[in-house]
Amino acid sequence: MTDSPRDTRRGARNTGALRTPAAAVALLTVGLGLLSSCSASENKQAPRHITYWEKWTGFEGEAMDAVIDDFNAKEVAHAKTDASYAPIEVEKVTISNVEQKLLIAIAGGNPPDLAGNYSFYVAAYADGGALTDLGPMLSKAGFDRSAYIEHYMKLGEYRGKTWAVPIVPASIALLTNKRLFREAGLDPEHPPTTIEELDTFSQKLTKWEVTLPNGEKKIETGYLPDVPESQKRLIQAGFLPGEPGWWSYGWGYFFGGNLVDGPEKITAADPRNIQAYNWVASYSKNLGIGVTKRFRSGFGNFASPQNAFLSGKVAMVLQGVWMHNFIEKYAPGLQWGAAPFPYPAAHPELAFTTTADADVLVIPKDSPHPAEAFEFIKYVTQQSVLEKLCLGQQKFTPLKNVSDEFWRVHPNPYIRLFRELGMSKNAFSIPQTGIWNEYNRELGNAVDLIQNLTQTPEVALNDVQTKMQAALDRNRRILARRDGK
Amino acid sequence: MRSLESTNRRNGLLFCLPWLIGLTVFLIYPLCAALYYSLCDYSVLLPPVFIGLDNYVDLMKDPLFWKSLYNTAYYAAGSVLLGMVTSLTLALLLNSKVKGLGIYRTLFFLPSLMPVVAGSILWLWMYNGQSGIINTSLHHLGITGPAWLADPAWAKTAIVLMAVWGAGNAMVVYLAGLQDVPTSLYEAAIIDGAGYFKRLFNVTIPMISPVIYFNVVLSIIAGFQAFTQAFIMTGSTGAPERSTLFYVLNLYNVGFQDLRMGYASAMAWVLFIVILVLTFAATKLSQRWVTYDR
Repeated sequence: MTDSPRDTRRGARNTGALRTPAAAVALLTVGLGLLSSCSASENKQAPRHITYWEKWTGFEGEAMDAVIDDFNAKEVAHAKTDASYAPIEVEKVTISNVEQKLLIAIAGGNPPDLAGNYSFYVAAYADGGALTDLGPMLSKAGFDRSAYIEHYMKLGEYRGKTWAVPIVPASIALLTNKRLFREAGLDPEHPPTTIEELDTFSQKLTKWEVTLPNGEKKIETGYLPDVPESQKRLIQAGFLPGEPGWWSYGWGYFFGGNLVDGPEKITAADPRNIQAYNWVASYSKNLGIGVTKRFRSGFGNFASPQNAFLSGKVAMVLQGVWMHNFIEKYAPGLQWGAAPFPYPAAHPELAFTTTADADVLVIPKDSPHPAEAFEFIKYVTQQSVLEKLCLGQQKFTPLKNVSDEFWRVHPNPYIRLFRELGMSKNAFSIPQTGIWNEYNRELGNAVDLIQNLTQTPEVALNDVQTKMQAALDRNRRILARRDGK
Repeated sequence: MRSLESTNRRNGLLFCLPWLIGLTVFLIYPLCAALYYSLCDYSVLLPPVFIGLDNYVDLMKDPLFWKSLYNTAYYAAGSVLLGMVTSLTLALLLNSKVKGLGIYRTLFFLPSLMPVVAGSILWLWMYNGQSGIINTSLHHLGITGPAWLADPAWAKTAIVLMAVWGAGNAMVVYLAGLQDVPTSLYEAAIIDGAGYFKRLFNVTIPMISPVIYFNVVLSIIAGFQAFTQAFIMTGSTGAPERSTLFYVLNLYNVGFQDLRMGYASAMAWVLFIVILVLTFAATKLSQRWVTYDR
């Protein structure tokens, strides 16, 4: 096809029938038109092209590719049977930091038709007026919200409207290194169930290299409060609240606390939160702040064999359902287990506490093709399609119904546990508030101060409480002014 | 004659036009827009609402504003001083006649060619508390190094120390200045019996004072805009304990994470005024010690 223009021109000159370049161009256009109409069978409708912004690369991105390919093929097939139907064609564009770039694209008046986002940005986006309310389209399509696990469905709902549809959910659990359990004389099939047990196990799993006065080096276990920091080097930790520290804002939930009470009240200084962060600080006290810092700074990147858990430097971590994939990739021989994160012994009702966030699909405000974008959403939310996507991303599905086949082929041996956690009444997610980014940064700083023993949890959390209550009040004033109240 | 003048003026303007358009579109317009938005509640997505000086009033009461301003002033002062001493020392050394001078000059200039992001990642490894080259070297000397970027007492200093890395640019400018100092002045000084340091402080430094002034002003401006190193090495929260929360980092968080563009615009204008005042002060001060005797 590439040399057809040249061929056509040569042909024109040879026959002498076409004397002007304009005529040659006309012939070429007709010829190309014929060719293309042949390949698209007898359907005369131009495809409806929509752009989808995706945040994942790697195997998660590939799973989405497969779903998009299926959808596009289904559309082409539909167009073949119905000559008047213009097929929808979804094009995936992978975007880094999608949560920021999407906003700028929307503000600039040039958003994609459809986008993938994280559930915890829904509130801020909705407050900013950046999303299309999916409610009317969902009810028109007969969408059954009760087919979803309630907790995940709620992630897309805010201020009485549905702004996003969850597609790939996640939850977190305590992962254990069974080999290190055995080495410490612990039963690898018995992970800790209470926080108290976690602390005891952690102490037993702590290993040091101690330099004796004669220069000789010796391995010792447990906490060594009497050995000065200069004479001991931590080589293995049982559990570190700061590793990887992705949910450090949420320790309070594991002790029954909460970060907000309704849309108007910040509860950072809740006594149960303070209790939780006193527990976090106990690890800095037991191990020594300098020791912990030096030990942690020796960890490699998360996605590498030098990851603290994968390399056996930390025996137990709080991690998500996705960790299975990283284990397969970077530490294939690792003998690992997963269990619900422990609860305080005095509060057995807090068993099965986990964070439950999800990837969601949103239609940006001023999306050029909202109806076509919604067709894709409708397609993805079918059970078989969601199962294909979630299996490809090695997670569980956000639906209540799961096919036997899904369980049978899922590579993660603990997938049922993660789903059970996601369905738990103690599953929590990032509070739906427009000031979450600010709140999260404040909490991050407070955790820093607490772990470094610079401030007590009471002082640090009360400070967060005051600042964030002021920020929330400010945000509500702004929203009220925008709504003309 | 008249028509030639006007033709020249027109042509001149035409040649300037690309720059003029760029200046208007990318500099003057954003500056004015930011000034207007700084008086508004503006979330980017919805039309701005005029709120007068509220943002500036809030800013004065915002502890993070003051904390980030302090961090930035600390960084700017440290990096200007350290950068100047390092680059001037290097320039003086490389202005002597030694074998392989070209190679040395290239070697010392090379690091400043490295993109800041790459440099920051490199330093991240060097500052690694457990296995970084700095602490490993200190260990051989019998010193237990700090956890650098993980320690609130050291993190800011660690980022200041990185200023040494970018000294190459200023060094080249100093070198050019040094080579411009007339040899006759040195000859006269030697005849008068001046030693190396006497010549340095009474001939060299006064003669290159305009170059020093130029470099200092540029470094102050760059210092107050510090962002990349901290963003890459310690994250946008300015960890640990906000010791590396620089002004522009704070502005970035407020503007691009919290979508409070009006507030962020007010912050940008305050920064602009701070830099303006400092540059003005440097210019005023320079009148006392900068010599332009050509």
